[in-house]
Amino acid sequence: MKRIYLSIILLSAVLVSCASVDLNAPIPSFDTGVDPDSWALIPAGPFLEGQHDHPALIDYDYQMMVTGVTVAQYMDFLNIALVDGSLKIDGEQIVGFYPGDQFRAVKHEIEITATDYIFVPLNDPASRFTFDGFTFSVIPGYENHPMTNVSWFGAWGYCGYYAFSLPSELEWEKAARGSADNRPFPWGDEIARNNANFYTSRDPFEEMSSFGSRTSPVGFYNGNTYDGYVTLDSASPYGLYDMAGNVWQWTGDVYEGQHYRYMRGGSKDTYDMDLRIWVRNNATPTYYSPGVGFRCARNP
Amino acid sequence: MAKRLGFLFRSTKGLILVAIAMIGLETAIFGMLSGPLAELGVRDFVVRFLKMDLVQAEREGRIIILYHSIAMAVVAIETYMITSLLKMKEFYKLAVRVLITVGYILTMIFGMGFAYWGHNWILHGLYITGLSLIFFAGVLLVIALWPWNKEYYQPDKAYSRTKKGLDMERVAFFAAALTTVLSALFGAVPGSYFGNGFETFLAENIIRVPEKSVLDLSIIGHLHIMLALIAIMITLIVGRWLNFKGILHKIAMPLMILGTVVLNLGVWGVVTPLEPIAHMIIYVGATPSMLAALMLVIFTWDKLIREGIAGIQKPNGWQKLKALLRDPLRFGPMWQMVFMNFTTSFLGIFMAVRLDEIFRVWPAHEERIELTGHWHVLSAIIATIILLYYGDMIGLKGKLRQVYGWSIIILSDLAFGSVTIFEMKRLFITEATQQPLVNTLMLLMDIGLGLLLVVLAMMMIWRLLDLFRKKGRWTEEVDHELSEEVSK
Repeated sequence: MKRIYLSIILLSAVLVSCASVDLNAPIPSFDTGVDPDSWALIPAGPFLEGQHDHPALIDYDYQMMVTGVTVAQYMDFLNIALVDGSLKIDGEQIVGFYPGDQFRAVKHEIEITATDYIFVPLNDPASRFTFDGFTFSVIPGYENHPMTNVSWFGAWGYCGYYAFSLPSELEWEKAARGSADNRPFPWGDEIARNNANFYTSRDPFEEMSSFGSRTSPVGFYNGNTYDGYVTLDSASPYGLYDMAGNVWQWTGDVYEGQHYRYMRGGSKDTYDMDLRIWVRNNATPTYYSPGVGFRCARNP
Repeated sequence: MAKRLGFLFRSTKGLILVAIAMIGLETAIFGMLSGPLAELGVRDFVVRFLKMDLVQAEREGRIIILYHSIAMAVVAIETYMITSLLKMKEFYKLAVRVLITVGYILTMIFGMGFAYWGHNWILHGLYITGLSLIFFAGVLLVIALWPWNKEYYQPDKAYSRTKKGLDMERVAFFAAALTTVLSALFGAVPGSYFGNGFETFLAENIIRVPEKSVLDLSIIGHLHIMLALIAIMITLIVGRWLNFKGILHKIAMPLMILGTVVLNLGVWGVVTPLEPIAHMIIYVGATPSMLAALMLVIFTWDKLIREGIAGIQKPNGWQKLKALLRDPLRFGPMWQMVFMNFTTSFLGIFMAVRLDEIFRVWPAHEERIELTGHWHVLSAIIATIILLYYGDMIGLKGKLRQVYGWSIIILSDLAFGSVTIFEMKRLFITEATQQPLVNTLMLLMDIGLGLLLVVLAMMMIWRLLDLFRKKGRWTEEVDHELSEEVSK
């Protein structure tokens, strides 16, 4: 009899693990009041970089987007760029030209030649947009969510199209930490569940028994209360939101002898330790994921 | 009271019991700070309740001290076993045990005190003192194991020996002990630079940095080789316990010696101009070591089957299988070694073969999951082998022996198998649809490891209660040496 019970338990576990995930499950819609078109000024000056507080200096002013690029913003870009010929459809993906990197044949380095590369995949069920052959549209409810399932080339291409750039890792870090102290998180020394969207942070967008974590609208953690869910104001010292959690953010550095591109900030899919300002992640530039997005920087 | 303290701190089985209890206690307390218990909010409660002082930037340093303190207790257990199984001068045996016992206890208590309760540098000094004592114990152990002393020559031709009688098994123990001491320096040298410009890091976090410093490489080499040597040593210990001998022993011991030496040369080579071919040397060294372990597995399982079918005229396959599985405490260590290949060795080879499709494409954090899981499983498998041997050591019999042994095997393999699937999940499931699978795997891991800890806790409570009995089991264990209990 005990064996039957054990078999039933194991079979149930297997069946539960094979359950399909409804990627289009209804998502709550909230207006955060934070404008995704706004920019924050990061003044020139010294700051403490990295886990071990190395003195660093950025000797120029620059601006960074207050939030990550949203799905709506990226759809506008795709629709314009597809029409003007900057981008094209190549099978199951949207591609754009990248001029290539210098190849040094360092161990493990993969050559990035001058050619077309994927910006976003088409027909990926995890993407938050649709394409009818002519026009890109946002899946309703995701307009103010961060753009995801976008490759490094796709992020680089977006920023470049508007004469912006991806922030360097150093620029990103200063924007997240500020220059006054060595805080590990953009808002301070400790992290609470309602500071950011991270793994099992119990935000209104996650359901760990089925689809798991989902993105939250950009600027969601701004001290507002949404349907009873109280957030803490988690802006960085320069007023940037989502510099920890929600989605990893591509940065712009191309390092000598590496094809990898670096990401910062942690995401909805990582534990709180990965939301610390200095934590890095990286992947090949064609990589895309429902947990990776970006924001741009520009000269003032 | 004095008798009980004498048992705990002077007898082999008492010393092993104390070290297992210390590891169990540390695992139970600090295991609550991560994984599902952190998700459930238990971590926050524990931190508040125990008044821990956890600075975010010091997480990596804390973990390094945690790993070291657990590893030192495991090294102490192996040392107790070696000094009880192998012949050596009484002075060395006593000196090694005193040094390593004081050393690992200082390391555990003051290391964890420093790491988790504010940075009191006196505690750090005591932690380093503990590590240093363990190092000196290792040096003394190497001297004690010197195999070219004719007193220790092997007279029995059933065992691996040279024509003159040099005991090749003792040479294997000696080689493992000597290289362990030397490889400890590999970590100690960079460690001495901490605070002088060299910064704390976890190896899995810098795996993709193309230009690593000599000190970085040294640390990476250190952690790999120390774990490999702990694994080699437990293989030799189990072989002695199960009285490994015969033709397989004669082949296995030279292979083990060769493997140990070459493996170490490969790892040490990472900080020399040999670095480009160091991995190749490591593969060359690992192969004979693993072959030697395979021979031990074949020997033991063959022996178990032969013993189990004794008296049966023409045993069939089912009877042979029953014979093989009838004693989980002797079957288990070998099975865990075989199982290790599915969870770590084969997995590592598979990843290496498909490097361009996996690690060149996957994000670094996926690679980190694989690497971290890989060595956690390897460490935990070594721990389960120790627990299985301990079960035999304390004379578990009958149903209790079956329940204890099979619980350890099944629960740990359930957890390790789930960890392995978790590491590999990106090969067969997308990020967007993985959550139900992740939930199931996490549940299985937690059930496996959680219940395993419950089994361990029950045994520890039983041993604790036994200490209150005037004529408890402890009184029978006071004078026993493991060499007296080697399998026939």
